[in-house]
Amino acid sequence: MPENSAGTLVTPAKPAKEKPGGTLYRGREGMWSWVLHRITGVAIFFFLLVHILDTALVRVSPEAYNAVIGTYQTPIMGLGEVALVGAIVFHAFNGLRIILVDFWSWATRNQKVLFYIVVALWLITMLAFTPRHLINVFSH
Amino acid sequence: MSTATLEARSTEAAVQSFTVTFLIRRFDPDVDTEPRWQDFDVEMYATDRVLDALHKIKWEQDGSLTFRRSCAHGICGSDAMRINGRNRLACKTLIKDLDISKPIYVEAIKGLPLEKDLIVDMEPFFASFRDVQPFLVSNSAPEPGKERVQSVAERARFDDTTKCILCAACTSSCPVFWTDGQYFGPAAIVNAHRFIFDSRDDNAQTRLDILNDTEGVWRCRTTFNCTDACPRGIEVTKAIAEVKQAVMRGKP
Repeated sequence: MPENSAGTLVTPAKPAKEKPGGTLYRGREGMWSWVLHRITGVAIFFFLLVHILDTALVRVSPEAYNAVIGTYQTPIMGLGEVALVGAIVFHAFNGLRIILVDFWSWATRNQKVLFYIVVALWLITMLAFTPRHLINVFSH
Repeated sequence: MSTATLEARSTEAAVQSFTVTFLIRRFDPDVDTEPRWQDFDVEMYATDRVLDALHKIKWEQDGSLTFRRSCAHGICGSDAMRINGRNRLACKTLIKDLDISKPIYVEAIKGLPLEKDLIVDMEPFFASFRDVQPFLVSNSAPEPGKERVQSVAERARFDDTTKCILCAACTSSCPVFWTDGQYFGPAAIVNAHRFIFDSRDDNAQTRLDILNDTEGVWRCRTTFNCTDACPRGIEVTKAIAEVKQAVMRGKP
């Protein structure tokens, strides 16, 4: 970004073309918590879609169901489950934060503190879950 | 007398000036098809404002630079723009509060049609403002020869939202408004709040009905960009939350 540092009076003014679309809006905690909430929400929706489809396979035939579930027993899917749990845990805690922000004026005023509490709770939950889960994934 | 002159000269020399680079997003509808970034170097003091830099550029370097400003003291609400990626009033943003080791990015506010350089079409913004009936509606006449009486507590209820100067910094910082221009936006809701919670007003229910719409208060996703952007320090998101609760209760 600092291609044109302060004090370059001598260089001819050439239009900087690198960002014709405008700068990214620099929001704070509130905006980024909303962005994360939206991304995790859409991700969880697509997981649920696939999850309903693969569970519905048991109505087609138990063998087909077992075959599909069997393909999930890979380390890559194990890591995907860490991401899934991470998304759900953030979406859950931040959802509680949004309810508080909407209904409690103290929370509206202190939403940044609440966001960091959400991040802390997310970290604690993930620190407890991830090692236990990865041991299961990689020991089988 | 000679000492006085000397002292004056030494204090003058003590005030240090800096060369500050401004990257301004220009757009001339007669020439450009796309907005373009142009850089300007300006000599500035730490106590100068971004508006002073725009003036220096317009008066000394490039007279075609176009922007709005009227009072230049944070009251008229003309010069809201995006400075280093955040909505600010140019007349209230001091150089000493910015990192001048990097260029300072200045561009028009987002979400409203760009007309020229830093000027956008404010009509959609004022249309939503008009839609919430931002004026006192009273069904009763005051006592002859008297004003409408209001207690200190009743006045304090909506004091925060009376400060709005309609600069559009909040509405054009709202991610919902960028993608959905039909959304009333924070400024219109703030001005509805100012009359919904006014004890002298009798038309709160109409305004609550107007805002109880898919494009009304329920579009708010509490990103708090509006509260951060407001140059008057209005707690915009809190005002919107209060209107949401009034809609649910069915009364202010």
